[in-house]
Amino acid sequence: MYEIIVVGGGHAGCEASLAGARMGHKTLLITGNIDNIADMPCNPSIGGSAKGIVVREIDALGGEMGRCADKSLLQIKMLNRAKGPAVRSLRAQADKITYPKNMLKTLRSTSNLDIKEALVKDILVKDGKITGVLLEDGTVIDSSIVILTTGTYLNADIMIGSTRHREGPHGERPSNYLSDNLAKKGFKIRRLKTGTPPRILRSSIDFSKTKPEYGDNERLTFSFENNIYYDVNKQEPCFLTYTTKKTHEIINKNLSKSSMYGGLDDIKGVGPRYCPSIEDKVVRFNDKERHQLFLEPESLFYDDIYLQGFSTSMPTDVQEEMVHSLPGLENAKILKYAYAIEYDAIDSRDLKFSLESKLIENLYTAGQINGTSGYEEAAGQGLVAGINASLKLDGKEPLILKRSESYIGVLIDDLITKGIRDPYRLLTSRAEYRLLLRSDNADLRLTDYGYKLGLISDKRYELFLEKKKNIEKCMKEFNDIRITPKENEYLKEIKTEVLTSGISLYELLKRPEIGVQSLTKYLTNSYDNEVLEQISLSAKYDGYIKKAMVEVHKMEKAENTRIPLDFDYDSLHNLASEAKQKLKEVRPDTIGQAMRISGVNPADISILTMYLKG
Amino acid sequence: MEDTIAAISTALGVGAISIIRVSGTKAIEIVNSIFSKDISNVSSHTIHYGFIVEKNEKVDEVLVSVMRGPKTFTVEDVVEINAHGGINTTNKILELLLVHGCRLAEPGEFTKRAFLNGRIDLTEAEGVMDLINSETDVARKMALNQVNGKVSSMISMLRDNLAGIISNIEVNIDYPEYDDIKVMTLADISLQIGKIEENINKILKESQSGEILKNGIKTAIVGKPNVGKSSLLNRLIGEEKAIVTSIKGTTRDSVEATFNFDNIVLNLVDTAGIRDTSDLVESIGVSKSLKLIEEADLILFVLNYNEVLSEEDYVILDKLQNKNYITIINKIDLDKKIDDSKLQNVVYVSALEDKNIEDIKLKIKKLFNLDKIKTDDLTYLTSARSKAILIKVLDSVKAVKDGLIKDMPIDMIEIDLKNIWNLLGEIIGESYDEELLDELFSRFCVGK
Repeated sequence: MYEIIVVGGGHAGCEASLAGARMGHKTLLITGNIDNIADMPCNPSIGGSAKGIVVREIDALGGEMGRCADKSLLQIKMLNRAKGPAVRSLRAQADKITYPKNMLKTLRSTSNLDIKEALVKDILVKDGKITGVLLEDGTVIDSSIVILTTGTYLNADIMIGSTRHREGPHGERPSNYLSDNLAKKGFKIRRLKTGTPPRILRSSIDFSKTKPEYGDNERLTFSFENNIYYDVNKQEPCFLTYTTKKTHEIINKNLSKSSMYGGLDDIKGVGPRYCPSIEDKVVRFNDKERHQLFLEPESLFYDDIYLQGFSTSMPTDVQEEMVHSLPGLENAKILKYAYAIEYDAIDSRDLKFSLESKLIENLYTAGQINGTSGYEEAAGQGLVAGINASLKLDGKEPLILKRSESYIGVLIDDLITKGIRDPYRLLTSRAEYRLLLRSDNADLRLTDYGYKLGLISDKRYELFLEKKKNIEKCMKEFNDIRITPKENEYLKEIKTEVLTSGISLYELLKRPEIGVQSLTKYLTNSYDNEVLEQISLSAKYDGYIKKAMVEVHKMEKAENTRIPLDFDYDSLHNLASEAKQKLKEVRPDTIGQAMRISGVNPADISILTMYLKG
Repeated sequence: MEDTIAAISTALGVGAISIIRVSGTKAIEIVNSIFSKDISNVSSHTIHYGFIVEKNEKVDEVLVSVMRGPKTFTVEDVVEINAHGGINTTNKILELLLVHGCRLAEPGEFTKRAFLNGRIDLTEAEGVMDLINSETDVARKMALNQVNGKVSSMISMLRDNLAGIISNIEVNIDYPEYDDIKVMTLADISLQIGKIEENINKILKESQSGEILKNGIKTAIVGKPNVGKSSLLNRLIGEEKAIVTSIKGTTRDSVEATFNFDNIVLNLVDTAGIRDTSDLVESIGVSKSLKLIEEADLILFVLNYNEVLSEEDYVILDKLQNKNYITIINKIDLDKKIDDSKLQNVVYVSALEDKNIEDIKLKIKKLFNLDKIKTDDLTYLTSARSKAILIKVLDSVKAVKDGLIKDMPIDMIEIDLKNIWNLLGEIIGESYDEELLDELFSRFCVGK
């Protein structure tokens, strides 16, 4: 008898089971193959635009992904350094052997957590409430709560050219019953697809024809614990190459052989818009002479190179031809062919904000089963599902992160409010308050939650409080210290306009050309770079930050105006019928949420508001 | 269920034909009960000739259009009765409809239903409201234009240009590793934002003129007794027309009369005495004049060519400095005694001899930029709501420009660009949130 069973050992499953166990609940993680726990079946990379911020958020809440990635780095860089602080984000190449090993080690050393190798056939439900799971071998395991984090394994089909196999990534057995059993319980099942590019033998590539891409020279970490495990000077480079005219000719000539372009006539899955196959790119952007491709090392322990940008569902002989048309890959040996994978997902609009199902009590879902894509998106949901499962067991209110305080909140609200059209990936443009959701302040935004949940240690929390105190202290110094024309010599030296009367150090810092480091000599105390960065950001982007806060404030009323769950939308006959239908599907909790439903217009909102008031 | 409403939808009076519109579930049934033929089963969108009858007596010879929902203006069943005019007959038909179960529509209620039933968007609804309320031909044309979506297409164009820039910036942010994608620069934005600002300013300026056309200019005629204010007014209006229509009790409190010339409406403030030529009226004191000036958008300050300027005149002149005003020097048929060397915006007229009266009208048009408006190509925004949004757009334009000057990172500047894009969407009622993402993925080739 367990309190929590997590089905699936991917990135969502790992975070969910760790959160459950760490919050003191007896947890079982069931996975098809222990060797594939925390596996990275697609690119050997963690983070990226927006996603890197999610990893920081996971860390601030007490999740594992950031720490584990820090221990497994091949290279790391801060993206968008030349742009504003809001869109900076960490991206790392992570070792595909080390990362899963480190994660497994953490799972195994966590008390309250058991791991079992098995396939789950069905969830067991009594009176609309979870009682446990049924394994394919007929075993029943009782549990108060079940969290499904099955990834792409539900009715998974691997497709290469005109062939289709019932199979998960790595030739694993897929879960053949669970999806159908969920459908029988009333879940709306939809088919999604994604793809992955070929893997190439490192020694068969002529890297001299490609351009190396290195990580940053600065020591960087995802986790706010700031433990450095890698040597900045020994980072593994990626390499840049391009498709050629010949590549495009080969693709165009063989288009009908691609699974997605007629090779298979039974494709139902919807693929992600942001991950088009190379066929898609060549067809849709036929005026483009070449497409960028990255050669990414997968691990220090084996020789696979991941060919980013080249995902395809062409048959293997065409893949050979295509790969050999690339500069540096003329004699490349393909270790693993590219494939497309189709899998089942549920309708995320049937979830509550806690990620608990609206259909079955004590059932939670997280990750690709909810229609997302990406390791980070999965981990973020897994963490929230694990936390909320624990809170539910404790009889406490769920943790619901707001759009204005985290990308994870944006992600979950989008899933529940808008549903998905294609596999969902986080993008900075999905966050309307992205200036508030920065990589540098994820700890300031979320550590309090993590600590209250018991996922952040006392020691780490003390350090966090000290950082906060230092920020306040430093800010006070900047405001109190006055700089007078006496300092003009130095100001000339740092190439800024001289003063005619005194101003505060903070006012001086507002000048775009002045870096915070050039002013530290005026401070009484010395501060960490992290602290100074906060002062600098607030000085330089004050106007923008204030405006964002005003927007948050404006929406607050709408976010707090609740709509009764059983509200009769049909009684509002002047509501547009599309809006009526959408509102009935989503059943938003608040006016704020209703405003975000596509197909619900401002006019519908004013009518709805009118009736809620009346 | 909503009740069935009816109203006369053409201006009552002189017109050859007046239309009575009926809308609602019982529209056909009710009209059928007062019509000489059975229209209960006729096809939709057909016209029928016959008579409106009351107790077997013909009331009027009419054409009846039957339009079944949802393909009607209100989405409900609609019947329109084209009657042969005459206030009495038209009113009689309306009364009959009310007796048979219709409710008299409130002003704009058809439009409200069209809007609530999703037939038209907010911009169009406001346009139609303006149509209903418009008083002059030009204003009516403007209203028609808005319904036709001229404003919408203009704003759509601005918005599309912006979407291109925004999605380019987004793709630069979300896919920084793609160095074959154009990198948006502050210079690119600077160029575009200039265009947007120019266009919005143009729309706003024209809309201001548009509002004046629609709502009229609040006008005061001031001047000492015996300068000829009332005769001047009569000349302006033209003697063949009825002088003024009293519209007391409307919301425009202090406006007492309204008249138009060349499609421009002047709302006269306090005409108490101008209409009568009695001494009482002509003796409006300085203090009263000053109060009128305060209220009015246009002041016609009348002086006597044959008189020197008094101290009171100077007081008034001083007060006029920040207002739209025209100095009208009347009685040029007499000898010149006035010192006009320091007067501005002057028109010399003789009301008595009907000299140069047209110059006053020209001057008014110039003053309000109305001379530049081509009445057959109107693209003005006419609603206060849209205008308010456009002013917000200008605020954001300013924020973008500030950001450019301060050399802010492009993603900061994009925040305000997105704001502009959203505001423009508000005007034309577009709020599809995946729009920008669609744009991004259709324009740029990115992904694994």
